[in-house]
Amino acid sequence: MAAAKTPSQTGTGQRRSRSRSQNSSAKTRGKANENGNPPVGATAERPNTETAEKSAFDPIVFSKDEDLKAYREMLLVRRFEEKAGQLYGMGLIGGFCHLYIGQEAVVVGMQMALKEGDQVTTTYRDHGHMLATGMDPKGVMAELTGRRSGYSHGKGGSMHMFSREKNFFGGHGIVGASVPIGTGLAFANRYRENDCVSITYFGDGAANQGQVYESFNMAKLWSLPVIYVIENNQYGMGTSVARASATTELCKRGESFDIPGHQVDGMDVRAVKAAGDFAAEHARSGKGPMILEMLTYRYRGHSMSDPAKYRSKEEVQKMRTEHDAIEQVKKRLMESHGMSEDDVKAVDKEIRGVVNQAAEFAQNDPEPDPSELWTDVYVEA
Amino acid sequence: MPTEILMPALSPTMEEGKLSKWTVKEGDEVAAGDVIAEIETDKATMEVEAVDEGKIAKILVEEGTDAVKVNTPIALLLGEDENESDLEEAPSGDKGSKANGGSAPSAPEPEAKGKEPQKEDEKLGRKDGPVSVLVAMDKAEPPEDPDVPEGTEFEEQTVREALRDAMAEEMRRDGDVFVMGEEVAEYQGAYKVTQGLLDEFGERRVIDTPITEHGFAGLGVGAAFAGLKPIVEFMTFNFAMQAMDQIINSAAKTLYMAGGQMGCPMVFRGPNGAAARVAAQHSQDYAAWYSQIPGLKVIQPHTAADAKGLLKAAIRDPNPVIFLENEILYGQSFPVPKLDDFVLPIGKAKIARKGSDATIVSFGIGMTHALKAAEQLAEQGIDCEVIDLRTLRPLDIETVIRSVKKTNRCVTVEEGWPQNSIGSWIASQLMVKAFDHLDAPVLSVTGKDVPMPYAANLEKLALPSAKEVVEAVRAVSYAD
Ligand SMILES: Cc1ncc(C[n+]2csc(CCOP(=O)(O)OP(=O)(O)O)c2C)c(N)n1
Ligand SMILES: [Mg+2]
Repeated sequence: MAAAKTPSQTGTGQRRSRSRSQNSSAKTRGKANENGNPPVGATAERPNTETAEKSAFDPIVFSKDEDLKAYREMLLVRRFEEKAGQLYGMGLIGGFCHLYIGQEAVVVGMQMALKEGDQVTTTYRDHGHMLATGMDPKGVMAELTGRRSGYSHGKGGSMHMFSREKNFFGGHGIVGASVPIGTGLAFANRYRENDCVSITYFGDGAANQGQVYESFNMAKLWSLPVIYVIENNQYGMGTSVARASATTELCKRGESFDIPGHQVDGMDVRAVKAAGDFAAEHARSGKGPMILEMLTYRYRGHSMSDPAKYRSKEEVQKMRTEHDAIEQVKKRLMESHGMSEDDVKAVDKEIRGVVNQAAEFAQNDPEPDPSELWTDVYVEA
Repeated sequence: MPTEILMPALSPTMEEGKLSKWTVKEGDEVAAGDVIAEIETDKATMEVEAVDEGKIAKILVEEGTDAVKVNTPIALLLGEDENESDLEEAPSGDKGSKANGGSAPSAPEPEAKGKEPQKEDEKLGRKDGPVSVLVAMDKAEPPEDPDVPEGTEFEEQTVREALRDAMAEEMRRDGDVFVMGEEVAEYQGAYKVTQGLLDEFGERRVIDTPITEHGFAGLGVGAAFAGLKPIVEFMTFNFAMQAMDQIINSAAKTLYMAGGQMGCPMVFRGPNGAAARVAAQHSQDYAAWYSQIPGLKVIQPHTAADAKGLLKAAIRDPNPVIFLENEILYGQSFPVPKLDDFVLPIGKAKIARKGSDATIVSFGIGMTHALKAAEQLAEQGIDCEVIDLRTLRPLDIETVIRSVKKTNRCVTVEEGWPQNSIGSWIASQLMVKAFDHLDAPVLSVTGKDVPMPYAANLEKLALPSAKEVVEAVRAVSYAD
């Protein structure tokens, strides 16, 4: 199986990143034990390979349908983002535009573990999250071009988009802001006694913010059903995790609050799904928050204007060629699920079509009416 | 049909760049993500990646070409099922004009319209826009600061360079001065303001922080209590909202609470206000907010010379100073006096343009609109005096009053929101101190009373403009 060895780990050599799973004795797949330790397949029982170093979760076996679904969704995010990058280059998208390319397996795998009613909150790197929650690519792209049919009628842009219908609560431009907000959504679930879970995404850089720990404390104190998904893509802008964080095993950041945390191979959609199932079960059953640290990688610059001098081309190329999440699934589709090259190409073509339509729509949709400048500041009371 | 590879925009404010290098040649096969060229802007060198796979059929812009406009086709790419003969299919008239740097013809109508307002905005950052007017004017009328002796030579510098030089000079002068903030060291500054500082001063004094504004601003305060002189850079002041408690409750109030025993000799600096289409959470102007706080000094310069002279003063000042910069101004050039130690007084406004019919008061990027409006009004026969406040606290109301006693009319210009703005404070001061000299109510041109929208057309409407300044001055002059 594919093991995405991340560069920062290569550098630290001895690092053991298996959180508290070492003591795990739970044997039931997908079921959390009392302490929130992972099920069978936990690293403790695995040889000390790169993967064991990396992920507390064995990737579960995907059926053809699951693999195909994962392939489609991840490809949609990738092609959408490539198109967004292109439109940015043409001046059709303005401001900051943070692409999700490379990290697709994280949102797609997590989304496969959710159920209707679960909420999602994330940062400014949000296009993938929106597509994964089922938001319409046309509406997302039209928001990127600042047009009236965009999800925020052109008023929010890339970093600030929302969908009540899809339970997507943003799209937040300020580092760390998504964490208390996602915790608050979990609070509402608890308050209403529904069994929904709030999925709160944030970056490795954000993981050092004070508000994260204020949230952790409350989430545990009140057993809130929240899954904190740290998308550790190794860099916060131009700063590597090791240069910004005193301790780099971010999955352990909940320890002093007694929040279980696990590291997951975020380049393998099956491992992500397994972790997601596990954490969702834990949160839904009233055991409170859980932290999932997804080891992932962004292929592009932090935003469009990042010259990316802080990492080598080889580092990026290595991730792309050896650990690409989409290539992994494609390989399985062809080698294990009997799909031909042409079958796969047909899917690619279909996705390209969806993205091109979205781009077409987003370029032809008119700008918001000037009167929109003054609306939505207050709700009519 | 071959795909055109267009000159990309790599940042919210980029309009053109130098195509410094091709890393592929005609005939090369490329895959999506391959680096095909390098582009230089005033901020950085960036790589251009292929977005589609195919063969580089033709290079349209040679490497080394300067000032290639965004969206100019720079090469043609042939897809998998296309061959050389497809090149001919590209409408030939089109091709000629594109190769000459015409804009992409494939851009559909509404897009072109949508794009226009932003172009307008971006002109602010262009040398051939209103800026050259300012430069020329400043040259004709060198700053009348007492600190610039007669016969001093001037050199053209960007605001970015001037700020960097100010920090470097003060760090050479005083070992207790250090810089900290996100990406200030290895990355050379998110907006390249701290370029070169790490090389010269090392990592003891140029410090990359985690993304923890509340923490590092407070840490700066503690270091200042201990006698160090921190310069805390906020990547933008929008993020300083996380640090607001430390800035106000700790930095601003301690001297008073300690009965004068200890204060906080430090500078909080970074870009303030809107850039280009970065929307509500990244576009706020905090000038009025900070200007309300006793214990803080607040500066927002417009020109490179003022940026340099005032930042040096701020670093030496024994009080906490909020130093508000502007992303769009970073790349603009102004004459800066060639002096070994050019320090300007904090708390003194400057008359940027002399006039007798009406007074326009502004600061920072607002000066761009104020000066442009003054030019246009001069053509209409209204001779404006333009005052650049430069410091917002302590605010030099005397200079404003002196001018209004002469012109009897006043318009203020700023990017921030109208309620409790700098303009409303000036209006109230004029009412109290120069009531008998006013021939018309003081009008304020401000940002609109809404969060900053993202859409190009709405953002343009939300920001103040020279046109609105012209209208306001005409109104106080009863010219219509
Ligand atoms: C409070 C705050 N400070 C600074 C920024 C500027 N900024 C935007 S993204 C970013 C890096 C964040 O890195 P990380 O949390 O790892 O997320 P990633 O971008 O890698 O997804 C920074 C410093 C911000 N948006 N908010
Ligand atoms: Mg990161």
